[in-house]
Amino acid sequence: MRFAKTLRFALRALQSNIMRSALTCVGIIIGIAAVIAMMEIGNGVTALNQKAIASLGANSLMVQPGMAASGGVSFGAGSTVTLTPQDCDAILRECPAVRAAAPVVGANSQIVYGSRNWVPMSIVGTTPDYLDVRQWPLDDGACFTDQDVRNMSKVCLIGQTLKRELFDNTNPIGKELRLGNVSVRVLGVVGSKGANMFGRDQDDVVIAPWTTIKYRVSGKTSGVSSAQAPANSASGSTSTAVNTLNNPYPSSGVQLYPAPSPTQAADTPQPIRFTNVNQILTAADSPEEIPAAMKQITALLRERHRIPAGVAEDFTINDMTELMNTFSKTTQLIGNLLMIVAAISLVVGGVGIMNIMLVSVTERTHEIGLRMAVGARSFDILGQFLTEAVILCLLGGATGIFLGRGISILVRLLMRWPTEISIPAIVAAVVVSATVGLVFGYYPAWKASKLDPIEALRFE
Amino acid sequence: MDLINLEEIRKTYLLGEVSLPVLKGISLRIARGEYIALMGASGSGKSTLMNILGCLDKPTSGRYWLDGEEISQLTPDQRAVIRSRKIGFVFQNFNLLKRTSALNQVMMPLAYSPDNVSEAEARVRAAELLERVGLGDRMHHEPSQLSGGQQQRVAIARALVNRPPLLFADEPTGNLDSRTSVEIMRMFEKLNQEEGITIIVVTHATDVAEHASRTIRIRDGIIEAGAFSAEGDGPPPLATVLRNEEGAFARPL
Ligand SMILES: Nc1ncnc2c1ncn2[C@@H]1O[C@H](COP(=O)(O)OP(=O)(O)OP(=O)(O)O)[C@@H](O)[C@H]1O
Ligand SMILES: [Mg+2]
Repeated sequence: MRFAKTLRFALRALQSNIMRSALTCVGIIIGIAAVIAMMEIGNGVTALNQKAIASLGANSLMVQPGMAASGGVSFGAGSTVTLTPQDCDAILRECPAVRAAAPVVGANSQIVYGSRNWVPMSIVGTTPDYLDVRQWPLDDGACFTDQDVRNMSKVCLIGQTLKRELFDNTNPIGKELRLGNVSVRVLGVVGSKGANMFGRDQDDVVIAPWTTIKYRVSGKTSGVSSAQAPANSASGSTSTAVNTLNNPYPSSGVQLYPAPSPTQAADTPQPIRFTNVNQILTAADSPEEIPAAMKQITALLRERHRIPAGVAEDFTINDMTELMNTFSKTTQLIGNLLMIVAAISLVVGGVGIMNIMLVSVTERTHEIGLRMAVGARSFDILGQFLTEAVILCLLGGATGIFLGRGISILVRLLMRWPTEISIPAIVAAVVVSATVGLVFGYYPAWKASKLDPIEALRFE
Repeated sequence: MDLINLEEIRKTYLLGEVSLPVLKGISLRIARGEYIALMGASGSGKSTLMNILGCLDKPTSGRYWLDGEEISQLTPDQRAVIRSRKIGFVFQNFNLLKRTSALNQVMMPLAYSPDNVSEAEARVRAAELLERVGLGDRMHHEPSQLSGGQQQRVAIARALVNRPPLLFADEPTGNLDSRTSVEIMRMFEKLNQEEGITIIVVTHATDVAEHASRTIRIRDGIIEAGAFSAEGDGPPPLATVLRNEEGAFARPL
């Protein structure tokens, strides 16, 4: 009741000087707009990060061949070839904290389907476990099998982008496409992953058995004769058309040596590494298991690679989640800087409000005296001026919220940054602007409430 | 019992080192329903006394009983409540709010009234009062759209909206021409006779004072005449009697 009257008086007072009230709000408007825009952009980046982490596969660890150093010159990660598919199997077998592991080999090649050409962003040679590690569901069809890996079967999975670009979104399953010089059959389509944290389209992908990529597509057949070579291919290759040029007899080489028996494997615990893979992707059981998994993998690979204590490893393990966190920490830092800017402009805005309120109190001294003379208590006057300051700040805050939203929408449209509306930011903006009003409006309001009615009436 | 009873009220202003006594021991009594004219030369302390009587100001010393309540040493907020409850004040320069309609001017004191008056009732009361002071057709006019006399009538309506038993007017006609002054004084007379409101008016004009039932004369901060009504109950303090050589002057109602 009483509050409604105070509110009405305050609104009337603000109305009587709309231009000044609007200008007074500018500081608050800028401050709040900065907070809102910053929070929305930050939120968008965080959401993108989370998506990127999820798209990498939760808890994934990437084992890469390590540095080669020669005469004190380091050649950087991946400059040697030290990881083998056996390492991958061993990791899966002997590291309890690892849920899944898949070797990865890459290739650069053109795809041809009918009259269309396409160079995919990535060609991944791996095992069926890859989809599990990356938590990448199939959209359609089926994945190739371990059997296909052993047989170097000419099969593959394709991503959504390829489906769209090569097949116009028609069903590609069972279709043959040419990968380099090899004709491969599409077995399935993987679901959409979107862009990764660096903006690369992850759906622009071909996934095939690593043997197929390594020996047929890349054409590096030097290691085929190693012990790991498709041992069971004698039992029947599933590959059909033999129409590749660079490897006209794909199974001829592998039949030369029989697979080692378990006894033989035990006798030679360190098989000669004829074949290497670009990296091994593994997934820990849970986020808490990541350090344990890293320790186990390190211990295992040191032993397998016969690295004596005190010598640097010939591989590196990257915690992808950690990498993401570093990335989001950077964005957070930028966000915090913006937050400081916002805080400063809120303080400046608050001082602006205080200044104008002081002017207003002086200007309205006569009115204050009159109100007191007809029975207003200091509390009433205090309440009225505080209400004015808070309303001013809330109006500024509301304008700031809209302005901030506008900025974030513009950023999304023009710069293609991801932004996301943040309800907590809006709530915080309202609370903050009301608080600024209370804090900076208090002194002028208190000053007004302490006026002496007679002196105030005589003032002018 | 007297509505107003002042005893040895003093007011001294301190201007730096110099102390300036303005009221030098004022004692007076005013009964309910009286119509008092307060007269005196310029600078004699009439306004100072009115401000103390109207609870706008605090005396330096002395005691003030209003309606049986000793109020000389109340806090500003307590005085505000008394002003709201018991006192209407009309100023020489009207003191209206700028850019505010007559209706809102009159409603304004009710917003601060301790007995919560609803918005609707406030509107009705204000409209009634404006009607009574003859401004029924000017309710939505702002001060700049009203003549001086009309502005003063708005101020009077505003002073009456809390239904106070006491109405103070410090030179209410000082800024008005004589014809309008007479109208305003008639209005006071009517309020006094019909509503029984106790009225105290500061004036320089003797014809204005003639409307009053008693005239109090003040000179240099001391009451010269009329401190007590002729049929006042209880004897006046000796000091005052000695000072009032001319004797109390009062006219029956
Ligand atoms: N706030 C103040 N500080 C110092 N002196 C004051 C103050 N208010 C009034 N006075 C002094 O008190 C004396 C009486 O002033 P007051 O206003 O009561 O006179 P008045 O009788 O109402 O005169 P007028 O008829 O001209 O209105 C004056 O000499 C004035 O200078
Ligand atoms: Mg005066």
